Amino acid sequence: MNAPLGTTGLILDEPLLWERGRPGRRGACLPPADVPPSPLDPELCGDGPDFPDLSEVDLVRHFTRLSTWNYGVDTGFYPLGSCTMKYNPKTHERQAALKGFAAAHPLLPASLCQGALQLIWELERDLAAITGMDAVSLQPAAGAHGELAGMLVIHAHHQHQGHQRAKIIIPDTAHGTNPASAALCGYRPVAVASGPEGVLEPAAIEAVMDEETAGIMVTNPNTLGLFETHIREIAAIVHAKGGLVYADGANLNAVMGIVDMAAIGVDVIHLNLHKTFATPHGGGGPGSGPICVRRQLEPYLPVPRVVKDGDQYHLETDRPLSIGRMGSFHGHFGVMVKAYSYIRSMGADGLRRASELAVLNANYLKEKLKQDFHLAYDRPCMHECVFSDRRQAPFKVTTLDMAKRLMDYGFHPPTIYFPLVVHGAIMIEPTETESKEDLDRFVTAMRAIAEEARTEPETVKSAPRYTKVRRLDEVTAARKPCLVG
Amino acid sequence: MRYLPHTPEEIQEMLAVVGAESLDQLFFPIPPACRRQSALELPAPLSEWALDARMDALAARTAVAPQAKVFLGAGSYDHFIPAAVDALAGRSEFLTAYTPYQPEISQGTLQAIYEYQTLACRLMGTEVATASHYDGATALAEALLMAIRKTGHRRVAVSRLVHPHYRQVAATYLHPAGYEIVELPYRPDGTTDLSTVEAEPDLAAVAIQSPNFFGCIEDLAAGAAAAKGVGALLVAGFTEALAYGLLKSPASQGAEIVAGEGQSLGLPRSFGGPGLGMLGTRQAHVRSLPGRLVGKTVDQEGRQGFVLTLATREQHIRRERATSNICTNNSHCALRAVMYMAALGGTGFRELAVLNHDKAAYLKQALAAAGHRVPFTRPIFNEFVVDFGTGFEAVHRRLQDAGIVAGLPLEADYPELAGCYLLCATETASRQDLDLLVKEVSR
Repeated sequence: MNAPLGTTGLILDEPLLWERGRPGRRGACLPPADVPPSPLDPELCGDGPDFPDLSEVDLVRHFTRLSTWNYGVDTGFYPLGSCTMKYNPKTHERQAALKGFAAAHPLLPASLCQGALQLIWELERDLAAITGMDAVSLQPAAGAHGELAGMLVIHAHHQHQGHQRAKIIIPDTAHGTNPASAALCGYRPVAVASGPEGVLEPAAIEAVMDEETAGIMVTNPNTLGLFETHIREIAAIVHAKGGLVYADGANLNAVMGIVDMAAIGVDVIHLNLHKTFATPHGGGGPGSGPICVRRQLEPYLPVPRVVKDGDQYHLETDRPLSIGRMGSFHGHFGVMVKAYSYIRSMGADGLRRASELAVLNANYLKEKLKQDFHLAYDRPCMHECVFSDRRQAPFKVTTLDMAKRLMDYGFHPPTIYFPLVVHGAIMIEPTETESKEDLDRFVTAMRAIAEEARTEPETVKSAPRYTKVRRLDEVTAARKPCLVG
Repeated sequence: MRYLPHTPEEIQEMLAVVGAESLDQLFFPIPPACRRQSALELPAPLSEWALDARMDALAARTAVAPQAKVFLGAGSYDHFIPAAVDALAGRSEFLTAYTPYQPEISQGTLQAIYEYQTLACRLMGTEVATASHYDGATALAEALLMAIRKTGHRRVAVSRLVHPHYRQVAATYLHPAGYEIVELPYRPDGTTDLSTVEAEPDLAAVAIQSPNFFGCIEDLAAGAAAAKGVGALLVAGFTEALAYGLLKSPASQGAEIVAGEGQSLGLPRSFGGPGLGMLGTRQAHVRSLPGRLVGKTVDQEGRQGFVLTLATREQHIRRERATSNICTNNSHCALRAVMYMAALGGTGFRELAVLNHDKAAYLKQALAAAGHRVPFTRPIFNEFVVDFGTGFEAVHRRLQDAGIVAGLPLEADYPELAGCYLLCATETASRQDLDLLVKEVSR
């Protein structure tokens, strides 16, 4: 076995939170009680929650130890396809923590929150410029929430036209959130297979598009990392029958400054600020999933809308055609501050260069790895490429095994078993923030694993060895769920 | 650009491997008609230092303590956040990780979320709690959809004392699929009037918030009985999680589903988001729950470990038949919440809840003593309604110009309450602040 490239280091054990501490310890100060006690009716009072009492040191050790069991972008290469795990600049945290942002109450009178409103307004304009669309709402809290908002806009449009529709076209390469979001609007998904080239063919859309179909949900570049070359023709087919084109913008990182979403026929697109615009994923959120629309759909956008009047900003809620409110207040403002900081740091040329280098990195890995791994579609890719485990199958080594083995080499695995159209998919998205030497180290590890699959498959099948825990029993976890300690 | 590591030489080397002559040539699969004709129009890029100056200037145009005195609650509360919570949550191993789909290298997030689920259950009184939702409003909307799935009924009754924004979000989520929402009126004491429930057909849920939008503590047990009487589930909402340091937990009073906002648990207000949607229920309903769940298991050597589980409810497996479309949630906010709950501990959390109750009660009594009418008699937590009269608008504006926000005017959402304001006081308001407010509004 080759020596793993990742270091294994020291992994400390740590019990569950409530196995630490002693009653009466305190990890936080309270301000003095400077008002007289005002006892509440005992009938209304409970006993208070049974939380463990810890000192500040207990608390800090506990969560610091837990953090060392995690792998983040700051730890190393994180090539998760369709997730755009790029570097999250440190300055973003400083900006979001500014008191004028972090401590701002969402219901402040407009005259007392001009800075926050201005930031939202300017970020909306920036995202409109980047996509080529006309109007933006930053209300949605994450990608799937943006999808839902986009579907609700399409639903409201058809309602306003006087004829609601029943179906929506969703390609087989789509994220699972697409059909789930459409279903919340009562739309029945109509699946369409991509063609032999890995992209949608106009004839397939022509065959299913009718006047009972609300539109199409298309991811472009798609989840195979390929640009949907027939997108304009497809959009024309959908528009001709009165439908609308929804674009899942999860993969925008490939085409900033290069593709004009309005020009390709998109009516609604959602973006993921936590992917393309470098805000941290936080172990699964919070994200932010703004939607951008063409002018004619602006009346349907969620409320409140930020409006600029002279040099003053205010919020408007009186929009009779709006789909309504999507969340408690104004969306994930703390995430918007970070995305705004990113766009203002990068500028127009920087964003375009980011897309160029993201595509360069993906094509570089594709070329370097295709000797050892089966490439599902051998053609120039955008920001990601999809391999499979076909060449390792004779040795009974699977995609899952190789993903786990990558951990021993010090890398986060790629997205696996997605998209569903590629059997045993290994979906790699390097992003632009990885240097050539880091990509080369990854290539070395992947080739070493391919070699191990041939010569010592058990090593791969029994991976990982150097992680905090080894493979976990997920079957029992689901069959006999233990969700609370 | 400091985030882009490629040197010109490396770009050339890599292009040679790829077989392209220029970066532009990499995009040849994109038809010319799909291309932008011109460069993006964005402001010129800022250096790190210039960005600081720009953001400082924007942030300075927002009214925050200590310069401003903001007596607003209404779903977003000012609480002290220990520095340890910021420091621990800021560890980039937590912050820059993805959703823990690869459990072997995500045990930090997974164990912490399991601990969050556990403490969230202890707070809400539920048997299970999800890993998080976006915020209180969307958690409540998802809870109502869950009740619809569980009961097979198509209508929900929602109290008018549920946060107005939450009711609006419920309408956004429920109306397109054809579900109906009926509103329950409120009684003179400031609690929900349940007398109309029994006449409502086909109800899946009765939704009550406690403490409600007026700060009044509801009788959830009566709500549970009313819901049960018509074959519906009581969905208990909340906007101020700290209240359950003092009050009986919602599930202990018969709520079948509990859904609310956890911003008070160590999250900055951040102009309203990100917050923390909390959602819990009974074990028997777990397979109808929307959203992610972390479960405990063992690895192949028998060691304790944690995984995302029951994924067959979720969109990436079940697609259009999933219990929700939610994917990315507010995991890092749940992480902050468990750190905050652990920092206070059970003892500290109780004391803090009592202190919050006492501060608001003090302000309420002081305003009443100064001659202001307090229209609702029911006991409150943290916030309450005062009737300053319809002429108060000018005073409110004058105080605003002086950096004092004397509550939220209620007329827009409750036209019958013209002249009434919702005021909030937490542990961050000193007695001097409260006395100052009383003096200013009574001049």
